[in-house]
Amino acid sequence: MKLEGKKAIWSEYQKEIADDRYFYVRSCIRQNFFPGSEVAFLRIMKDVLKKDIYEHPCHTTCSGIGYHGDVVPVETTMTVVARQFAIMTEAGYTNYVPSCITSFGLYTEILETWHHFPEIKERVQENLRRATGREFEIPENLAHASDIIFKFRKEIATQAKYRLVNKYTGEPLKVVDHIGCHYAKMFPSKGVGGAEYPYVLAGMVEEWGGQVIDYPERRHCCGFGFRQYLVQANRGFSVACSREKFESMAPFRPDMIITNCPGCPMFLDRWQYVIGEMEGKTYGPNGQGIPVFTYEEVAGLVLGFDPWDLGLQMHQTSCEPVLDKIGIEYDPEEKFTLNKTLAKAKKGKIFV
Amino acid sequence: MGKLYELLEKDIRFEEGLNACMNCGVCTAICPAAEFYNYDPRRIVDIVQSGDENEIEKLLKSEEIWYCGECMSCKTRCPRGNAPGLVIMALRGLSQDLGYFVESEKGRQQLAIKRTVGESILNTGYCVFIDMVTPALHPEQGPNWEWVYENRAELVNRLGGNFKGDGPGILRKIPKETLDELKKIFEVTGGLKRYEKIEFYSHLKAEEMNLELDETLDNEYFRNIYTTNNGSHTKQ
Repeated sequence: MKLEGKKAIWSEYQKEIADDRYFYVRSCIRQNFFPGSEVAFLRIMKDVLKKDIYEHPCHTTCSGIGYHGDVVPVETTMTVVARQFAIMTEAGYTNYVPSCITSFGLYTEILETWHHFPEIKERVQENLRRATGREFEIPENLAHASDIIFKFRKEIATQAKYRLVNKYTGEPLKVVDHIGCHYAKMFPSKGVGGAEYPYVLAGMVEEWGGQVIDYPERRHCCGFGFRQYLVQANRGFSVACSREKFESMAPFRPDMIITNCPGCPMFLDRWQYVIGEMEGKTYGPNGQGIPVFTYEEVAGLVLGFDPWDLGLQMHQTSCEPVLDKIGIEYDPEEKFTLNKTLAKAKKGKIFV
Repeated sequence: MGKLYELLEKDIRFEEGLNACMNCGVCTAICPAAEFYNYDPRRIVDIVQSGDENEIEKLLKSEEIWYCGECMSCKTRCPRGNAPGLVIMALRGLSQDLGYFVESEKGRQQLAIKRTVGESILNTGYCVFIDMVTPALHPEQGPNWEWVYENRAELVNRLGGNFKGDGPGILRKIPKETLDELKKIFEVTGGLKRYEKIEFYSHLKAEEMNLELDETLDNEYFRNIYTTNNGSHTKQ
């Protein structure tokens, strides 16, 4: 097939992604707001793709939100990151996979800095030695968790129970892809498709049957802006950024939004609620919002995972319109049930 | 070049972020913060590049260096390979080290970030822990979050997490030895010193503003810096 236009440009930006033996580190935001997504990612890696992926109990934050909130100095952050690498080294792994986009960008930035300024890397190693006695090697491969799902998108498609297709019309679902700014805006060559035409989520959507929407503010920030959300007085900036995106995408009538950064889906989800309260405006049909998903949630849904096992009950903007369009089976009564076993027992599905 | 410029030059982000700006303004054109705030990254980079000590000092005490959201869209588009966002980070670091941050409404907010995210890193091992995302401080999270927050332990575990448990997993308890290592890293690399400076200068400012400030998140000064928006920051 001859590649033309944007697809031809995308093909120029292909990054190397390791194919097994991953060292996984969690995201501050993801595990608080989308815990089901991290669970789903590990389940897909281990049970569906049969990969070796390891989580060490003593890894921590990379300190990225503190760093971009400007309270944590750069050398402190570099040393915290060096400790993460040391734990990976001690565990015998070389392929580093962060769940977070802020982390991924920060790791990329730090590795580039150490490459250009080896004396800083030496100083960080000395800091780490003094503080913890640990030694580290830099990873042989650094890939965001969405890069891994992108790499295996075809394998996921072959095992899929559902496709991103409207069961009533037979048409592909129209999907907005939103890429976290720090995925490739700083170092375009480190992201699949670069900064202008990132393909990491578009590739998943197309492989799983959906159709990606191109709209004017596609690359605009969701509005997290670190301090612009962390402090209540600044949140007007945050909601204004998301609003700009919704206004720009709404004329294309998207069925859903897919994201790869931990913060973005939370903001795109919650700010729809806030705009509804402030202006009485909603961006989906029939007074509903546009459902917002993480890529792990979408992968889990096409593989047939239970929506409530994926944590979709934690979203403020209801996801059911998309589940209904695809034809995904779910039990509405179990949505807010906290004890899964008890709920199934009550319904006579299992005997306890 | 004067003392402030020399201090900025010591920050690796300044060295990486500023080569030679030709003032084309592409950074301002792409900047989400410049759309919303009275903010112009091109102007800031131009002032810094001039090396004018008085003007740099004004910047370090200004509101405008706190408007950037650090999305780094500017880095992608700059035809000279500059990163105004990194220059901003160097300015913010210096503003805190010199105590100038308390001279602006937006700068004073650093205490709120230090006491929430900053403390969380050392106490929980993560920048954010669900306990701190209270519906009171986060009304924008919506009514569903109230249910999530109230049932967080059961819900996280129902989804396969390990809420405040031992071993690996979501929202696990980070072992004390690990938290001790983090604290030691902060001690060795200047992180704790930065925290102390933020507290020190904030206390001085609270006294000057005649606002009560204790160690909690519930006092006059904290409430003031967390919620005050004098309305002069944005484009009308």
